Amino acid sequence: MEYLDGNALGGALGEVFAVDVTAAVGQCASCGTSGAIGQARVYPDAPGLIARCPTCSEVLIRLVRDANRAWLDLRGISCLQLALPADR
Amino acid sequence: MGIVSPGFAGRRRSGSEKLPPGQYLVTDFPVLSAGPTPRVDTRKWELRIRTETGQEHSWDWDSFLRLPSEDITVDIHCVTKWSKFGTGWRGVSVDTLLAGVETAAEFALARSYGGYTTNLPLQDLLGGQAWVAYRFDGKDLVPEHGGPARLLVPHLYFWKSAKWVNGIDLMESDQQGFWESLGYHNYGDPWREQRYWGD
Amino acid sequence: MARAAVLGRLNWLVGTVTAVRDETATARTIVLDVPGWPGHAPGQHVDVRLTAPDGYSAQRSYSIASASASAGSRLELTVQRLEDGEVSPYLAQTLEVGYPLELRGPIGGWFVWDPADPAPVLLVAGGSGIVPLMAMIRARAAADSKVPFRLVYSVRSPDTVIYSGELLAREQAGESDGVSVTYVYTRTAPPGSDGPARRIGPAALTADGWLPKQAPAVFVCGPTGYVEAVAGILTRAGHDPGLIKTERFGPTGG
Repeated sequence: MEYLDGNALGGALGEVFAVDVTAAVGQCASCGTSGAIGQARVYPDAPGLIARCPTCSEVLIRLVRDANRAWLDLRGISCLQLALPADR
Repeated sequence: MGIVSPGFAGRRRSGSEKLPPGQYLVTDFPVLSAGPTPRVDTRKWELRIRTETGQEHSWDWDSFLRLPSEDITVDIHCVTKWSKFGTGWRGVSVDTLLAGVETAAEFALARSYGGYTTNLPLQDLLGGQAWVAYRFDGKDLVPEHGGPARLLVPHLYFWKSAKWVNGIDLMESDQQGFWESLGYHNYGDPWREQRYWGD
Repeated sequence: MARAAVLGRLNWLVGTVTAVRDETATARTIVLDVPGWPGHAPGQHVDVRLTAPDGYSAQRSYSIASASASAGSRLELTVQRLEDGEVSPYLAQTLEVGYPLELRGPIGGWFVWDPADPAPVLLVAGGSGIVPLMAMIRARAAADSKVPFRLVYSVRSPDTVIYSGELLAREQAGESDGVSVTYVYTRTAPPGSDGPARRIGPAALTADGWLPKQAPAVFVCGPTGYVEAVAGILTRAGHDPGLIKTERFGPTGG
């Protein structure tokens, strides 16, 4: 009950990634479940942002920001499929 | 810093000479969490100290409560900038827990139900600087604040005070915990404002 | 979708308030002009950041209420004032026309309705969760779409309905042009309504045209507990969880 949807990560990740990550499909490195990052469970009230797998609750993504650095840990995702604009 | 928002003051906060740099005082007790709140049954609770040689010392809830405990009042400082003065706890001093433990280790890693970890020098757990606390503000420690029991190390940023603690590993070499491996300072002294790597 | 067409990391932008409009006693729409705004898709949100003179800052996410098409640099937010909120009272009361507002966006490519999707759409709103769903309803109108839309909107009482006039107008716009709306009053039902106030249940959510076998796209938005309850009802009723998109407002909102 204390979590939000993956949308809540969109702003912070949007400062790091040039494309939207909430619609990206990720595979959980712990249980193998695939789903849109938007479906992840985000715990926003921490010294950093934590996204967990909605199936097994293991950590998918971790992000910490200070004024001019970001630390990103994506080890919880074994594969991330991102939609990119088609080449012209 | 962003543009100043005309007329915005934010939550009531104040400064004080007793505050570490960059902190502000709060009167509530914010709950920060990196995951679901563990609900631990004290009938199954266990605190396990593991030394660098593999020796283990453990307590179940009843034997833990039979250890000598003390009431302490301390100021706490969170890396997210809030501080709280005069918080009252009851806990077992880590000196008591380590009294019968033979070790040459210099480092410790605290472990929690739910998978959280945090590391600190063993020295910082001794000398009356740390407790495993099970009561806050005159009541049993609630799960949201780390109950049944949490580590309490008030001289460092509060992320080192691991909620839902269930173990302390004593180690010969340092091992980064959950936040320390993701940009947060390895030591975390609020008075030197050691929030992030390189601070 | 606007966001997918533009590669680039998000930066903080400064908008100016050009108008404010009360929606209910505690909710207000803020119209902003944001130079450099790249446009947005219905359902996306912005992060708003307020900074005090001493550098203290607070940040919250707000859904974009307006449809984007040909709006240029204009966007609207509708903010519900929370009693003990830190940011919402500033936005709902202190902010005035001419004030600057710092924001980052548009954010989110998942909780988005695509006008090109022919599937019927079921929108389920809890309180101020109506905001992103209203952006979808407005985008549907702007796109002249005939995709069937149904809104189930839980509110405490009739006077807490946000956009009540506009929803009535869109409902009355006729079968394929309009949107069908069902209100669920959880505290005080209006006189003449078909039953006392009650929490949302399966009856409100299962109606012809939006049954699981019709595979509607479902968007649920509101407080965390509400979203959980609704998602549970829908999945137990047989809806494919993959077609249910949710946006929870946590207790940190406000």
